Amino acid sequence: MKLEAKHLSFRYDNGNRRILNNVSLSLESGDRLGLMAPSGFGKTTCCKILAGYEKPDNGQVLLDGKPLSSYKGYCPVQMIWQHPELSVNPRLKMREVLREGMQVEQRIVDGLGIEKRWLSRYPGELSGGELQRFCIARALGEGTKILLADEISTMLDLITQSQIWGFLLEEVKKRRMGLLVVSHSEALLDKICNRKIDLSKEEQEWI
Amino acid sequence: MERDRGRIWNRRLFLLYMAGFSLLLLAGITFSGAIQADAALITDFSRKNLAPSLRYPFGTDWMGRDMFVRTLAGLSLSIRIGLLTAGVSSVIAFGLGIAAALGRYADGVIGCIIDVVMGIPHMLLLVLISFAMGKGFWGVVAGISLTHWTSLARLLRAEALQIRESQYVKIAGKLGKGPFYIALRHIMPHLLPQLLVGVVLMFPHAILHEAGITFLGFGLPPEQPAIGVILSESMSYLSMGKWWLALFPGLLLVLVVLMFHVIGNAAGSVLDPGQAQL
Repeated sequence: MKLEAKHLSFRYDNGNRRILNNVSLSLESGDRLGLMAPSGFGKTTCCKILAGYEKPDNGQVLLDGKPLSSYKGYCPVQMIWQHPELSVNPRLKMREVLREGMQVEQRIVDGLGIEKRWLSRYPGELSGGELQRFCIARALGEGTKILLADEISTMLDLITQSQIWGFLLEEVKKRRMGLLVVSHSEALLDKICNRKIDLSKEEQEWI
Repeated sequence: MERDRGRIWNRRLFLLYMAGFSLLLLAGITFSGAIQADAALITDFSRKNLAPSLRYPFGTDWMGRDMFVRTLAGLSLSIRIGLLTAGVSSVIAFGLGIAAALGRYADGVIGCIIDVVMGIPHMLLLVLISFAMGKGFWGVVAGISLTHWTSLARLLRAEALQIRESQYVKIAGKLGKGPFYIALRHIMPHLLPQLLVGVVLMFPHAILHEAGITFLGFGLPPEQPAIGVILSESMSYLSMGKWWLALFPGLLLVLVVLMFHVIGNAAGSVLDPGQAQL
């Protein structure tokens, strides 16, 4: 599958600065694209638009040539958010959280190091890193073809980071998913991605 | 710090004990009143217009009815009506609050309904509905049930709207979940504690309005020993110096309302995490 963003522009209602200005990018199955920029340059906003959470002011997002909004039900483009504690309902047990997506294979749950006893807990009883593993597992349902990872490892210690990225990379390669990685860490992007875009430079070119 | 924690814990414990005590007392009033409903109707003209004494703690009225028994029976009826109406009202409020989360259009319609019902003066609507239903027990129940859900519905709707905008609900949408699933699985668990507290706090309103509408003559029939009936009848005897006819039933009504309030507050501080530390 091919995810294309064509000439995206976006401006939040409260500010007058354009946060995205004519950004175009494309991502194919098996592709691993790194996205970097300083804070406030619209990395997360870009992900939200690509995953269909926000509508761009201008431009369009196409998945296999069709607008992303025309896909009903489970969205083939899934985003993993930066803040796992906001991404799970505090009143649902983790078992329910996992069940929410499409069938998540046991292999994924084990691979991410999710322990059985965590399943019967509420989100408030888990740490950020533990929660993030659930969010990653939830986004890896069978139907996911393109994965957007928005600074998913910033709150994790180095060992956990490498453990999670190691698994994720293997999984993405195995299922030939498209992967978009947002990070501040250039070293991480160099390690994972086969291509990189700097959103701040991208913008300057278009201005 | 440690001492502070001890103090908070004691306050919560104190609230819980108060609530338990109130609950026992209310249950006692309800059952004893229900059992003595027939005794409340006994007239005995050999003992009419007696002032409060040990034998008749609340005195007797102009037909020789024991005011203590009548008051208990009246309160019991009021509490039962309160239970029924608060239950029905909260079901309406809950349904509308959840439905408001289904979508922008549904929310617009529900907001409109709430505003319309809220815009009509409470007592007027109550009298109209009760009168249209032919007064009596069911008239009162229908009237109170159909007028008391608005403020709770508004509260629940606001909460539901806030949760609908949260990140985890949007993620659930992308994971292919429909509005009904989201309303039931994501939003309902957040509304339940609010609902429980709302029901308990709706109680005193319902009881007071039952007494009010009966006092005005649009509620329960005069032969029923309801608090409203007792109060409105005793009005004409007050000027004749029969103060006990209105004082004790009125005081007890206020006490019952207060006890419900205590229970509601305790439930709030225990169930609602946002209030727990107050």
